[in-house]
Amino acid sequence: MSELAALPTWRDEEWRYADFTALEALAPEEFGKWKEIGLAPGETRAKCLVLDGSGPELHRVRLTVGEGARAELFAVNAGGDYTRLEVEVRLAKGAHFQFGGVTIGGGEATREFVTRTVHAEPEATSDQVVRAVHWGTATGNFLGRIDVARGAQQTDAAQDFKGLLLERGASANAKPELEIFADDVKCAHGAAIGQMDEMARYYMAARGIPPEVARKLLVRAFIADAFVALEDEAEQEKLLSAALDALGDVA
Amino acid sequence: MLQINNLHATVGGTPILNGLSLAVNAGEVHAIMGPNGAGKSTLAYVLGGRPGYEVTGGSVNFEGQDLLALEPHERAAAGLFLGFQYPVEIPGVSNVQFLREALNAQRKARGEEPLSGGDFLKLAREKAGLLRLDMEMLKRPVNVGFSGGEKKRAEMVQMGILDPQFTVLDETDSGLDIDALRIVGEGINTIMRRPDKGVLLITHYQRLLDYVRPDFVHVLSKGRIVKSGGPELALQLEEQGYEAVAA
Repeated sequence: MSELAALPTWRDEEWRYADFTALEALAPEEFGKWKEIGLAPGETRAKCLVLDGSGPELHRVRLTVGEGARAELFAVNAGGDYTRLEVEVRLAKGAHFQFGGVTIGGGEATREFVTRTVHAEPEATSDQVVRAVHWGTATGNFLGRIDVARGAQQTDAAQDFKGLLLERGASANAKPELEIFADDVKCAHGAAIGQMDEMARYYMAARGIPPEVARKLLVRAFIADAFVALEDEAEQEKLLSAALDALGDVA
Repeated sequence: MLQINNLHATVGGTPILNGLSLAVNAGEVHAIMGPNGAGKSTLAYVLGGRPGYEVTGGSVNFEGQDLLALEPHERAAAGLFLGFQYPVEIPGVSNVQFLREALNAQRKARGEEPLSGGDFLKLAREKAGLLRLDMEMLKRPVNVGFSGGEKKRAEMVQMGILDPQFTVLDETDSGLDIDALRIVGEGINTIMRRPDKGVLLITHYQRLLDYVRPDFVHVLSKGRIVKSGGPELALQLEEQGYEAVAA
């Protein structure tokens, strides 16, 4: 089946915050490309991604997670232009999907994570934590759809989004979307958007910490939640520093 | 050490300090007492350079420098410590990380070598012991989940680690039970009662002064010092109230 025909438009829910001007720069075949990854029953696999290119980027991943398997995906989205990571996950019985994402950056770019998690069978769990840190007129988005199939009882799905806007003009969008066709499930989602805690910054200054160091410490603390579930501390550190490198150009 | 001359300051356009003058020499402990709204906390924040506290007149000289020309973090590096009435919670940043960054930033600003992780922990353990604060608490995020008393003791541990030349303690005694008050008082004495250091204690009550005996007591009212005296003035205030003494 060709997916070439299905070019997105702003009417498509999962594309509603996309930057279509930037998308025009992409070749039409990009839209049909999916990276397919399958996890065998009982398998555990973790993947870390840093997206920090300068042009528009579209990454689409399809994960099929076998019974009792555990898929972990952690990503820093610090692209210089429109950058989108889209993940479709299908969870078999008792499988787990862990997602940790950080969108960070200034300028005018839109950076987004779009996930669709299908709890196809009972007892699967998913946990998604996304943090967005933006300045300039940049935008960070998290569109998270969760489908709980008929009969997928004891599903436990969670989504947690927080945005930190460092300057007036920056924005963040969170759009949870839940479709539930089973009655014994837990699906939690939360979203909050705020500013830098000025009192915390002053407290740090009062102890001798210069403003740029204070900002880095506070942003680090804010985004760290997204990578807490990543066991490999060296990888965790790599993702955090990749994200904090992007902070360098804040006014 | 610290000379405040005819200081005027506003908060949100409202004048709070109205010509405050005060000089603290090295080796001295001064207490500032006064009723609610007299400008005590404003004085602390103005000295600490908190944004929103605008100086509209006067000057503050600290160790030969124009204190008001320095950024808040530069004031700390110059040797000024501000003890907060309400210590701030910083989720996600541990006390150890926070204080090591702070100490090494101050050392860097003074042209000194940074302290290694091991040496820092040794120092932190010593100061935590002085204030009888469990070292485990220093591994937790800054002030998060600390009781009122623990926050104040943690502040004194911070002061011990940063080892300032001068400290302004804004109602460090509030929220403390009797035992904690004694521990904090002894901590202040051990860390700051030195011939080369100065202390400005801001307090509502006489009780902290039982432990940290001031050399001078000043009464602040309507943004200026209306009366100064020795330790006996604090006792007189406690007996007769601010209205009678400041009138």
